[in-house]
Order: sequence, then C-alpha cells, then structure tokens
Amino acid sequence: MIGLRLYLAQRISALVMAPLVIGHIAVMIYAVQNGLSAVEILSRTQGSLWWGGFYGLFVAAVAVHAAIGVRAIIYETFGTHVRWLDPLTWTIGLGLFLLGGRAVAAVVL
Amino acid sequence: MSKQRETELYRPGETLAVKVWRGNANGGGFHAYTVPSQESQTVLDVVTWIQQNAEPTLTYRFACRVGMCGSCAMMVNGEPRWTCRTHVKKVIGDKPLEIAPLRNLPVIKDLAADMAEFFDKWTAARGQFQPSQSRDDAMAAISPDEPRRAAANAAIECINCAVCYAACDTVAANPGYLGPAALNRAWTLQSDVRDDAFAERLDAVSAGGGCFNCHSHQSCMTYCPNELNPTASIAGLKRLSAFSYLTGGKSR
Ligand code: SF4
Ligand code: SF4
Ligand code: FES
Repeated sequence: MIGLRLYLAQRISALVMAPLVIGHIAVMIYAVQNGLSAVEILSRTQGSLWWGGFYGLFVAAVAVHAAIGVRAIIYETFGTHVRWLDPLTWTIGLGLFLLGGRAVAAVVL
Repeated sequence: MSKQRETELYRPGETLAVKVWRGNANGGGFHAYTVPSQESQTVLDVVTWIQQNAEPTLTYRFACRVGMCGSCAMMVNGEPRWTCRTHVKKVIGDKPLEIAPLRNLPVIKDLAADMAEFFDKWTAARGQFQPSQSRDDAMAAISPDEPRRAAANAAIECINCAVCYAACDTVAANPGYLGPAALNRAWTLQSDVRDDAFAERLDAVSAGGGCFNCHSHQSCMTYCPNELNPTASIAGLKRLSAFSYLTGGKSR
C-alpha cells in the first residue's frame, strides 16, 4: 500500500540517487583503472567532508528508496497485514541506513 | 496466430472442443463439451449453445451482445475478454477452448463473477459525478478542443467490463488496490470542468490503495476491449496528486 507521501519520498530519493550512482561508478572505474590500493583510497577518503557527504547522502537516499520498494514487494508477495507495513518499512530503512552509515564511517573517519 | 494457422484450426461445420469452468465459491473445475462450429461464431455463442443444448443450469452473464453493456467478460484461454465480441477463430488454439470466470473477482456460480468489489472500488475512488451547478443554471459551454475535455474524452468510453481489472497483476497481489477501471473513471471526472469534487476525489485516489500502487505495466491497456489506456489515466492522477500536494493543493 503506497500513498502520496511514500510515492514522493521514493521519487525524490531516486532523483537524488541518479547522479550519485553515476558518480559512484565513475569513482569505481577510476580506482580500478589506476590500481589504487586500499591505503591510497583511505588516504583520500579519511577526514574528507566531501566523500563523507557524497556517500552519506547516497546511503540516506538508498535507505529511503529501497525501504519503500521492498515494502511494496513484501506486501504484494506475502500479503502482509497492512498494520505491519509501516514498522517494516522503518526497520528496513533504518537497517540499511545503519549498515551503509557504518561503511561510510569506516572509510571517512 | 498467422492467418493460415487460424484457418487450419478453425473449421466451421465441424465441431469445437470446449472446456467450461463450473462451480461456485467453494470450488469447481473444468467440464468438457463438444460444440458445433459455425462461421463468425463468438465465444459467447459457444457458451450460449452449451447452456441451451447441453447444460441448462450453466450460469453466465450477458445482455447486449454488441460490446456495449460490459457484462459478458470471461477468461478465454487464460486471458480476459469481452466474449460477445471475441470470435472463436481469433482465440482458438491446439487445445480445447477454455472458458472460465473473470480473474481477480470471487465467483458466484460457473461463469458469473461477483462484481461487487469492482463497483465498490468505483465508489471508493469517488467515481460519481458531483454537479457544480443546478438545473436552473445555464448549460456549461465546453469546447471539445479544451485540453481537459480532450483528456476526459480519451478515457471516457469505458463499459465497466472489468477486463482490465482481471488483467491487472497488481490487483491480484494487492487486494486493497482500486484498480485500473475505477481510477480511469476518476481521471475522467478530474478532467471534467463541471464536476465539483476535485479535491475530495484527489484525496480518494491518492490514499493507501490508490493510484500510487500502479506499477505501470500496462496489462490493463493491452486487454481493454475499447482500447482505452488506464495506465495513462493513472499516470495523470499521479501527476495531479503529486503537484497538488507540492503546491499546497492549488494545482488543478
Ligand atoms: S498499469 Fe497499473 S492498473 Fe494497469 S495493469 Fe499495470 S498495475 Fe494494473
Ligand atoms: S477500462 Fe476498458 S477494460 Fe477496463 S472496465 Fe473499462 S472498458 Fe473494460
Ligand atoms: S454482452 Fe454486452 S458487452 Fe458483451
């Protein structure tokens, strides 16, 4: 069950993600092509507000976008009672945010 | 199916192997019949022949027989169709012609599906016209070229047959979803300048079971016998609701 706010949250998070995905892929290609080692990557990311912001925003957008998408999939696949949908969406969103946030912290802090 | 194959399988003057679903809400199954094959025979003709000649208790629904009333829809070889306008030679295959009640609706008996929830959802989507003027007011002058009128015109020829509702996988998976027909109807009213329930209807179609559940996979449009495009109507409702929300309810 998707209402207006969830729909908008999912579309806006998709808008935010689109350039970030392209940026992320570009960074991956750059890192692999240039054969950057883990140490070299960390030396660029650690303490960088820019990379922290880039991937922090990415993680937040993914958490919102995926939680709403998975909510619809779970509801339509398992017929989960509507009562469980909001707690489920929050759990998935927060879980993704924590997992992603941990990864961002690991390379930035 | 190619033309040649069609004629190979369809032999007027011979017989047709048909399987019809019989049963009720508690269950049922397919029964086999042999029906004389005729030129220009429709699926509804086949069902009628069976009821009149082989199975007098067979229950099914039809009225106009010319694609106007929307009461004769059934599943034919697993696909929803208006049976009075579906020629046997168009749908015949190697296997017996399989006729069953409409998908996504409870069955009452045999080929008659229970349409109550289908029409309840029209009401839930505020499918009723709400006049903004009384009979004492002058008739509203609406040019056919007016963009909102054109949008309504494109969607208005719905015969309430529920073919799209049976075709929609989102309806199958999401019982609260209002479905293509009800939302298409709501869209025609949102495009009607004489209607006075724009805001209430927008609330109704953007709530939990409303237009935002549509996955735009277009089965409704593919199967609609009147070649309407409920997917586009629903996309219109999504646009209207989203802009109206973002602009504080003023968009129209
Ligand atoms: S486009 Fe929407 S209404 Fe049409 S079949 Fe798909 S989900 Fe159903
Ligand atoms: S939109 Fe088309 S398929 Fe759906 S009820 Fe109306 S006429 Fe039938
Ligand atoms: S009997 Fe009226 S539409 Fe088929």
